[in-house]
Amino acid sequence: MAGAIEIAARVRDGSVKSAEVIEQHLARIDAREPEIHAFNLVMADEARARAGAIDAMVAAGRDPGPLAGVPIALKDNMCTHGVPTTCSSKILEGWKPPYDATVVTRLAAAGAVIVGKTNLDEFAMGSSTENSAFGPTRNPHDTSRVPGGSSGGSAAAVAAGFASVGLGSDTGGSIRQPAALCGVVGVKPTYGYVSRYGLVAFASSLDQIGPLTTSVADAALLLDVIGGHDPMDSTSIPLAHPSLVDVIDQGVEGMRVGRITDLPEGADPDVLERTEQAFDALRAAGATIVDVQVPAFTFGLTAYYLIAPAEASSNLARYDGVRYGLRVVAPDTNAMYGLTRAAGFGDEVKRRIMLGTYALSAGYYDAYYGKALKVRRLIHDEFERAYQHADVLLTPASPSVAFPFGAKGDNPLAMYLCDVYTIPANLSGHPGMSVPFGTGTDDLPVGVQVLAGTLCEPHMFTAAAALERAAASEVRR
Amino acid sequence: MSERISAAVVEKVARLARLALTPEEIERTTAQLAGMLEHFADIDALQLDEVEPMAQPYPLENVFRADLISPGLDRDEVLAAAPAAEDGRFRVPPIIGLDI
Repeated sequence: MAGAIEIAARVRDGSVKSAEVIEQHLARIDAREPEIHAFNLVMADEARARAGAIDAMVAAGRDPGPLAGVPIALKDNMCTHGVPTTCSSKILEGWKPPYDATVVTRLAAAGAVIVGKTNLDEFAMGSSTENSAFGPTRNPHDTSRVPGGSSGGSAAAVAAGFASVGLGSDTGGSIRQPAALCGVVGVKPTYGYVSRYGLVAFASSLDQIGPLTTSVADAALLLDVIGGHDPMDSTSIPLAHPSLVDVIDQGVEGMRVGRITDLPEGADPDVLERTEQAFDALRAAGATIVDVQVPAFTFGLTAYYLIAPAEASSNLARYDGVRYGLRVVAPDTNAMYGLTRAAGFGDEVKRRIMLGTYALSAGYYDAYYGKALKVRRLIHDEFERAYQHADVLLTPASPSVAFPFGAKGDNPLAMYLCDVYTIPANLSGHPGMSVPFGTGTDDLPVGVQVLAGTLCEPHMFTAAAALERAAASEVRR
Repeated sequence: MSERISAAVVEKVARLARLALTPEEIERTTAQLAGMLEHFADIDALQLDEVEPMAQPYPLENVFRADLISPGLDRDEVLAAAPAAEDGRFRVPPIIGLDI
């Protein structure tokens, strides 16, 4: 039993104990975690205590909530009160946050059980989880390959059955790309759909928290719990949103599915073939395929790699050795800042801070950061026009299946290209999700990306559920 | 290839970013940033004069909350996480260097 919906239903009606569910998952962690390294911290004692409390609630006739007893893996960049939160960085090693992220509070109120904090590329900067200060995570489908990133730990934990569901964060594809590489569902909601309070900031105008699950229905359930307005996040959208659990069985009859005719090249043939089959599947289910153009899509990578590092260079200025985390002792504050940050940050984080500081510095601001913000507007407006003709768009989620460790070598740009299809939705703020759709080279999972307009998660989930049903029937054949 | 950015500029940026990089890191970063800026030149040809910059994806303005007193973080707990604290405050070295 792995699905969150089934676990919650059975824990709520008392036909299975939360404690049993947790022991099953902890046993899988014991068996395979040394090989996979999905977690920075396994919270076995806390999970057992929490499961006991949930079982006591059920025994007393009280309802623990819609995620009763569901084991969840939390990316280690979400604050957990009194529990170390490292962002897979030496600069935060050992830090215990004095508060919970809003998503953590909501998960607790819904009866979920956190089983651990998962590995990531340091400060969520990367696409392979190789950039962790605590060592890489391995892909459960093939341990010689990466799980994708930056939410590679949560994606691997869900794929390996260490947790029923997981949470990741997505700044340029960090939920959707690892979901594709690990064969699970991954959702980046509309910017502002889920509170960022307590999510350690990378690029504040791009970051969103979202689910990693084994089914579209579980993702809907999880997003229903964590979504919604939060006064603690001033960018949180102050609107009620409909339950996604209720919409996913609607079917795609009459839905307009857009094909981006000028999508950037670079996807492998196996991924392109599966994406074509996804169009066919939705057409067979009653959808209409329409052609749309997003000419600025191809400039997303450049805009992103100027905007995200610029915001990161500002956000990461807080790691100065004063209030928390690492301090390298020095005779004056300036020397302390420089030495602390040089010792505490890894290469990729330093590279992005440098790039961002450069893009924001006097004399270069207009040429780089200012121009990137205009390209961002261009991309946003072109997507808005596309969504007048199409309810959802389909693209590959990742240009390739999971690649071997070290495959991108020392070339940062090669790694950045992993996110070429996911980045535009972060720039525009629109929602996107990756759905497993068959396998490619070496029987490795392929993910298809479903994109939709602002707050059009219901359309996106409806299409994703149709793809999931088509993929399942293909496997049965 | 490093016409787009010089080691001297990279050194200045490292100072602005408060990163004490080694000479080797400066050299490597210069080459890597030059390679990236080369790629980023793809947007140079775009006609963007009439385009408004976009800083936030969802148009919210002036988000206010009620001005009410509510509990904040626990001071002792926050200070316990600091590398050095004294008398309820963060302790730091002198802002201007001393010979020690």
